[in-house]
Amino acid sequence: MADVTLAQLVDWLGRFRDLVTEKQSYLTELDSAIGDADHGSNMARGMGTVMEKLGTPATIDELFKTVGMTLVTSVGGASGPLYGTFFLRIGTTAGAVSGLTYAEFSAALRAGLAGVIARGKAEVGDKTMLDALVPALDAWDAAASAPWDAAFAAASSGRDATEPLVARKGRASYLGDRSAGHLDPGATSTALLFEALAGALA
Amino acid sequence: MKKLINSPEAVLADSLVGVAAAHPELNVDHTNRIIYRGSPTKPGKVALISGGGSGHEPLHGGFVGFGMLDAACAGEVFTSPTPDQMQEATKVADSGAGVLHIVKNYTGDVMNFEMAAEMAEAESGVKVAAVVVNDDVAVEDSTWTAGRRGVGVTVLLEKIVGAAAEEGRDLAAITELAQRVNDTGRSMGMALTSCTVPSAGKPTFDIPDDMMEMGVGIHGEPGRHRVPLAPASSIAQQLVEPVLADLDFTKGPVIAMLNGMGGSPLIELYLMYGEVAKLLERAGVQVARNLVGNYITSLDMAGCSITLLQADDDLLKLWDAPVNTPGLRWGV
Repeated sequence: MADVTLAQLVDWLGRFRDLVTEKQSYLTELDSAIGDADHGSNMARGMGTVMEKLGTPATIDELFKTVGMTLVTSVGGASGPLYGTFFLRIGTTAGAVSGLTYAEFSAALRAGLAGVIARGKAEVGDKTMLDALVPALDAWDAAASAPWDAAFAAASSGRDATEPLVARKGRASYLGDRSAGHLDPGATSTALLFEALAGALA
Repeated sequence: MKKLINSPEAVLADSLVGVAAAHPELNVDHTNRIIYRGSPTKPGKVALISGGGSGHEPLHGGFVGFGMLDAACAGEVFTSPTPDQMQEATKVADSGAGVLHIVKNYTGDVMNFEMAAEMAEAESGVKVAAVVVNDDVAVEDSTWTAGRRGVGVTVLLEKIVGAAAEEGRDLAAITELAQRVNDTGRSMGMALTSCTVPSAGKPTFDIPDDMMEMGVGIHGEPGRHRVPLAPASSIAQQLVEPVLADLDFTKGPVIAMLNGMGGSPLIELYLMYGEVAKLLERAGVQVARNLVGNYITSLDMAGCSITLLQADDDLLKLWDAPVNTPGLRWGV
């Protein structure tokens, strides 16, 4: 019996598109403070293209292959390869199935995380999307029930914890100490990703 | 936001239409957003490709042509292009002698070019080498950071390595030369104002009239430090000192570039070059060649950067070789 279905995962991505579109200006504002003012428009453009291209995938690996490749080939910047690699690895690990147990879904998310780490060469504390992603997956695995709620809460705390950090990777790192005192836009969009997941799985 | 645009979403596509209209000698692939030479790369000539976010014009599309790049990929404003674009450009430009990717050290550019090289080698068997330009002395470089940004040296490197490629040097020699140029060049930039990214619709940062940003890059981001606005002579000093402190430029001839960020008029850039030239002479730096103008810009940001490159007879010969591109042209 599958805990996570293909339909729920499609719903997840639709909700993520809606959230990044709704928060587009906010994400760009965060990126203006410490980056180059394009994170909101890039994510909204990328997820918009994803939902246009999605069609009706038959399996979970097909779904995430389309999502990953569309993000890699339509976003650019750092977000394209990072989010794209995340979804591609989720698909490869999940395989040609139409449902996953919570444990299988967790393993797929962790493969996605490993892809992000390999591509971005960052670690927790560098003030990047990993500061939301890593605690979210840890909370998912530790939760006794409703792992999506635990993951969303942890991603949000992780996002908030980026505020005092000095960025060491990505565009924000060029500001040095001046990057402290601002939320990281990548961690913020990753928290939206888990907000969307909580909505889709609840 | 007051800009000469139709809509913020269409800026890049509409601009490429203009590039095609203005430069019939170049080809523009509007689908993949690639600018490439009108005639195919000569067999045996290594192809040079660069690319990056748009908003830095004439970099990179304006440096496509004889003596410089074979193709350039345009990303969205300040956003690196995607690997499929670069892979397509790599295939279009390759003549069988291999392709050098010239990458500025920004996380997104590095990741996308890495993916493009993996894809091009796996799918079409093209030999791809890369140089990552990282010349910005404003940025601390350590294992714990993203490293220095690639800025002004990119322009000088594209010219010099482009001339070497026209001479028929092979991919290994071209790559080594590119690395050497990168290693012996340094830059430092400053801004008087922020720029306005069209999709954001307002200036990226606010800055009071009596302040300026030192140590800026080319993506409209604030600099390393905000300091009181000062006369040009003092600004020149604040740019030249960190560059000279980072590398000894007194050992031989130097190529110097005083680059505008896009929003400063030439009268100010020449004025700044006069100040910089004085300081360099006083420091015992012998400037053999120079460039003054807007070459690697940051949309409508007011400000400038200086770049110094240690040269030798070989580099000066390559620098003087004919070049024929929209953004740089001599000897033809």
